[in-house]
Amino acid sequence: MIRTYGRFAAGLAALILSAASAGAEAIGDPERGEELFGMCSGCHEVGKGAENGIGPHLNGIFGRKAASVAEGFRYSDGLRRAGADGLVWHLDKLDAYLENPKALVSATRMSFDGLEDPQERADILAYLRRYSANPQNIPEADPTARPREVELAPEVLALVGDEEYGEYLSSECKICHQADGNDEGIPSITNWPEDDFVVAMHAYKRKLRPHPVMQMMAGRLSDEEIAALAAYFQSIE
Amino acid sequence: MTLNRRAFIGSGAAAAAMLSAPMLKAQGKPRVVVVGGGAGGATAARYLAKDSDGAIDVTLVEPTRAYYTCFFSNLYIGGFRELSSIGHSYGTLASEYGINVVHDWAVGIDRDAKTVTLAGGAVLPYDRLILSPGIDFIDDAVPGWSVAAQNKMPHAYKAGSQSELLKAQIEAMPEGGRFAMVAPPNPFRCPPGPYERISMVAHLLKEINPTAKILIADPKEKFSKQALFEEGWQKHYSGMIERIGPDFGGGNVSVDPDAMTLNIDGTVEKVDVCNVIPAQKAGRICDMAGITEGNWAPVVPATMQSRMDENIHVLGDATSQGDMPKSGFSANSQAKVAAMAVRGALIGSKVFPAKFSNTCWSLIDTDDGVKVGASYEATEEKISKVDGFISDTGEDAALRKATYEESIGWYAGITEDMFG
Repeated sequence: MIRTYGRFAAGLAALILSAASAGAEAIGDPERGEELFGMCSGCHEVGKGAENGIGPHLNGIFGRKAASVAEGFRYSDGLRRAGADGLVWHLDKLDAYLENPKALVSATRMSFDGLEDPQERADILAYLRRYSANPQNIPEADPTARPREVELAPEVLALVGDEEYGEYLSSECKICHQADGNDEGIPSITNWPEDDFVVAMHAYKRKLRPHPVMQMMAGRLSDEEIAALAAYFQSIE
Repeated sequence: MTLNRRAFIGSGAAAAAMLSAPMLKAQGKPRVVVVGGGAGGATAARYLAKDSDGAIDVTLVEPTRAYYTCFFSNLYIGGFRELSSIGHSYGTLASEYGINVVHDWAVGIDRDAKTVTLAGGAVLPYDRLILSPGIDFIDDAVPGWSVAAQNKMPHAYKAGSQSELLKAQIEAMPEGGRFAMVAPPNPFRCPPGPYERISMVAHLLKEINPTAKILIADPKEKFSKQALFEEGWQKHYSGMIERIGPDFGGGNVSVDPDAMTLNIDGTVEKVDVCNVIPAQKAGRICDMAGITEGNWAPVVPATMQSRMDENIHVLGDATSQGDMPKSGFSANSQAKVAAMAVRGALIGSKVFPAKFSNTCWSLIDTDDGVKVGASYEATEEKISKVDGFISDTGEDAALRKATYEESIGWYAGITEDMFG
């Protein structure tokens, strides 16, 4: 079995590697972003007078803690948990979330399949960035530009998982995640779709998802090991 | 016999049958005896039985029928858990996994004959022995205290009736009375344990006896999660807790259980409750087996085999292995590595590189949880730390509450992983 855990992880890796490369560019084209935002505006408002709709308004989204932007809005448990764990909406997190919402928050209520084209995401984010504060005297404010990206070889993510190895590795998951699917305090990972599992592990590994235990656990898994775990979890469905 | 043991290692299950007792030959299956049914032993027995599909005969020797976990026993003292909620039976391991659960004490090990003798007289042959006996206390570690005094001055460092006794004594303290703890020197079971206990005792006293005081005599300069605990004590229990470290004689302590006094570097303190947590060593069956060096049983990191006997694996608190703390999480993690190595040796199943991890959650007050953890790998010399994290001071209430809730999830997860 060969699977390609395609676009999300490749884009993500590119984003991470980019830190090492020189030169910066604007996030994207905000004018084009405004047009693209049309696909979001059924649920989200942004700009002067924006209010919560099906989704929360997006004013001030940059640099804010997840599930805290809009008072009184009813977030999913998953997003609230991510917020409590320390997920803050910076550019890299928002980009990953737009690319595949489930990569960051498995049970998010945002029913959006994700936006594959990095330029389109960048344009939307450039547009949204206009509606977040931009204080000149606080150096840690969110960037309005980002370093140039580099490409990552996609074959890293096309791996065959060893089920038996996955079973051994999974014993480490079961110290905390209950086999019976109970999710009190710690989310259930029973019957987690394989693709979602893989993108989530890569997101922890690259510290896009916030939880320190999971960052540590995923951080030492090789790409092969993530594939092995995915193969095992798929085999027990 | 040494030669025979080596031959066995080399040639697997067939040789095992030839070299072992007649009982085993008749049965034809390799036998593993696990001594100790805690986080290490119960997990090892369950994983061996589960993953070998009946190809290995697994016997678990554990004296108690109802096992109370040390982890979360402090939460019982603080009033956050019922004692019954931390008690577990071995029924599922027997009925669902086919493990032969024997409630008895292991009192002798014959490494040449490869047998374990039980207090009831039974003799159990093994091809591999897994020892996970936890801790025992070092005699005279705290002058004046011995196990005979544990009803007057409880240790409550093995959970169950001792935890109940300590809690009852705290509840019976006179108004404005004094609780004392004699903290242990390194290394000991559950590094944040004494300090989580202090937090839980303070929580209980704040509710029922708010003018009571807490005194800690501590031989250690520093302790686990110190900044987090001290911040929490200041925040929740200001003015209640006094810790006397080694600079002020906290390492020079004797007690008089009849007089209910402790002598800290020459100053005699009269107290109402005295929780003595003595210095510790490997459970005494390790000594009986002759596999200790100093107070602990050294192990080969990749397999958890004793460095003295390749047919014996040792798990958890009883081992000296390197960087991992003595914790239930660590023992559970080590058990899986050992079970894999034993299956590989006895029935030829695949063996993968050992990975270890640990996380310790502690509760400071209601909804104020913190954690520390790390990942580890096996090197030739020891189990080495690869990466780690710890909660920050000054975290917001939502994160601390989430951390506590996570610990409840972990408790459910690890106990299901141990007992099925």
